[in-house]
Amino acid sequence: MNNPSAAATSSSTFKGYRAIEQKVKGSLNGRKRAESRFVIFGIGAVAVAVSLVFILFASVISKGLPAFWQTQIELDIYFSPEVVQVEPPPVESNFESPAEYINARQKWVNSLGFVNFNALMVDAVAKHIPEAADSPRSAIALITSGERFALRDYVAEDPSIIGKTVRLSLLTDANVDVWLKGNIDRSLPDEQQQLSATTRQWADQLYEKGVIKNKFSTALFMNPDSRSSLAAAGLAGAFMGSLFMMIIVILLAVPIGVASAIYLEEFAPKNKWTDLIEVNINNLAAVPSIVFGLLGAAVFILWFKLPLSAPVVGGLVLTLMTLPTVIIATRSTLKAIPPSIREGAMAVGASKVQAITDHVLPLALPGILTATIIGVAQALGETAPLLLIGMSAFVASIPSTPFDQATALPVQIYLWQGNELRNFFEGRTSAAIMVLLGLLLTLNSIAVVLRKKLETRW
Amino acid sequence: MSTETLTPNVAEKPSTLPSGMDPNSFASKSGEDKTQGAVKIHAKDVCVYYSENKALHEVSLDIHTNEVMAFIGPSGCGKSTFLRCMNRMNDTVAGARVTGLIAVDKQDIYDPSLDVVLLRAQVGMVFQKPNPFPKSIYENIAYGPRLHGLVSSSGELDEIVESSLRKAGIWDEVKDRLDAPGTGLSGGQQQRLCIARAIAVSPDIILMDEPCSALDPIATARIEELIHELKANYTIVIVTHNMQQAARVADRTAFFHLGHLIEVGPTDQIFINPKEQRTEDYVTGRYG
Repeated sequence: MNNPSAAATSSSTFKGYRAIEQKVKGSLNGRKRAESRFVIFGIGAVAVAVSLVFILFASVISKGLPAFWQTQIELDIYFSPEVVQVEPPPVESNFESPAEYINARQKWVNSLGFVNFNALMVDAVAKHIPEAADSPRSAIALITSGERFALRDYVAEDPSIIGKTVRLSLLTDANVDVWLKGNIDRSLPDEQQQLSATTRQWADQLYEKGVIKNKFSTALFMNPDSRSSLAAAGLAGAFMGSLFMMIIVILLAVPIGVASAIYLEEFAPKNKWTDLIEVNINNLAAVPSIVFGLLGAAVFILWFKLPLSAPVVGGLVLTLMTLPTVIIATRSTLKAIPPSIREGAMAVGASKVQAITDHVLPLALPGILTATIIGVAQALGETAPLLLIGMSAFVASIPSTPFDQATALPVQIYLWQGNELRNFFEGRTSAAIMVLLGLLLTLNSIAVVLRKKLETRW
Repeated sequence: MSTETLTPNVAEKPSTLPSGMDPNSFASKSGEDKTQGAVKIHAKDVCVYYSENKALHEVSLDIHTNEVMAFIGPSGCGKSTFLRCMNRMNDTVAGARVTGLIAVDKQDIYDPSLDVVLLRAQVGMVFQKPNPFPKSIYENIAYGPRLHGLVSSSGELDEIVESSLRKAGIWDEVKDRLDAPGTGLSGGQQQRLCIARAIAVSPDIILMDEPCSALDPIATARIEELIHELKANYTIVIVTHNMQQAARVADRTAFFHLGHLIEVGPTDQIFINPKEQRTEDYVTGRYG
């Protein structure tokens, strides 16, 4: 640069320009490399996430799907009058009051309980395997224990069935299902098998003859949980428990959450108190769910004396847990509505409430709806707080009100997961997970559909 | 509109009013001197505070019936703040406080007994950015009349919608698609829709807060034309950044600077022969 001549100066400027160009080019390559690295990382991350989800679904579905099909035995049951020895059922017209009739009818149904229905089933099995008549214990082991109550209910419903032969499809014992589906190592010695050698042999014979078939079973959906008749254990109780809780959460968390969000966002003065409330709501959203369970046990059960294991308590606890989610999401939706809409409404004379109900809320509705459904879905899958309020108890009946004892779908999954008849309940557990995932997916697609619909409505 | 003649209020006109002006050299755009009209809005010593910050300092100003008053001044000079006091839109701003007197038709609008809803039905407003409701064109106009119970039948409502859209000069463009969303119109059409929305509740006064700043020149020209037409029936106060616009549409112009009202007078006087050095510096482009 010491050369003062014009030509040299211009050439050195040119050189300087070339140097800059080269520097830029050099850094350009680096930038391009960084960009492609970033894209590759991104694709890799997505691939990992997708494959994990795929593995999860594949494992759950491959294990759970077979559980919807259960081995069932088709038998011609002869309701022999010698075995079913009961008096004729009471007739309503013989009684003065309905109460008396119900009483007498109950007594009659109870007397049915003394009938040896197992003998009917053994006789029916003996039609296919004559030796079965000599060892009724091995024969009855084929059929799950709950089916004798099904036979009793048939008779109670229609006493004229006595003396007739009816073809019925009965659930086999859970161990037979495991044996026939190959879910247990057939080479294990006798003392490690759940079924006697005779029963196993008969099961195979009947399966070959087509008397025992693997058929779609509604037991999983229609029955409550069971420990005596494992093959009949179902999700109905847990499903109803979850349903009641969801209804309670929707009825409480949505109005309370949306109203608090609207007040805090649109009306509340900005001062120390509202700041404190805001911080607390944000903190509540981060509180571990098991803490809400403890709170529920202390407040709702010990203090308000609400029943243990009841969906009403579960619903209240899950409401507390869902509220912060709904409030935070609703507030952020409201924040995203441009203030010009509020100003426009107020400028033509709308009050603040009118501006919000007429213009802001309709715009915010899709967002609020999504927030709510996500909150409810989160509550539906929650397990920990329910364990602490007694909803992990074994409940063998379907709750008919939110005050009855019940369990919930995720808790049922947890209970089945720990069942000692692992070979049978592994499939049941995965099937229950499929039902739960199906429910959650349904909820989420409802959210998506409603969102789409409301957004394009006007 | 108002049939009142001169009222005692006129006597209280601030000294900045050009009462002794030569009408020949400073005739207003429309050719008639609006300063002789009745006082529609009377402001006396109006101060606005945002929390501790004083945004407007003792502004006193009269606006007359059926005139177009333009507020000009650099950004942050308080012109929009003052405009938003006239229909109490500042109420919605947290921490905003207004002192002094603003009277519309001799009624103090900050009187606690006055319902702000009534005020806003009388004083309509059009905003800087077109803000139609995300509803149909029809619903945009019908919302205000329905809100105030101005109509008893759907036929009447249809009439109001049509006449409002006609007055805003947009009827021919939208009459075939009243059910289409208002947000689907072009920017200029949206702004005229907002003007129609303001007109629909039959106000006396329309406040316009930089109504053309988001529009292209053609749409701007259309709005300015509309302001000329509306002047016959409404008192219009317009805030603008665009000095040519003020010169084109306004009968009188007020110049604000740093929260003070510097000068107010017939538009020609403000632009050709301002009294204050600061006004001259601004209108000649020395700052702003």
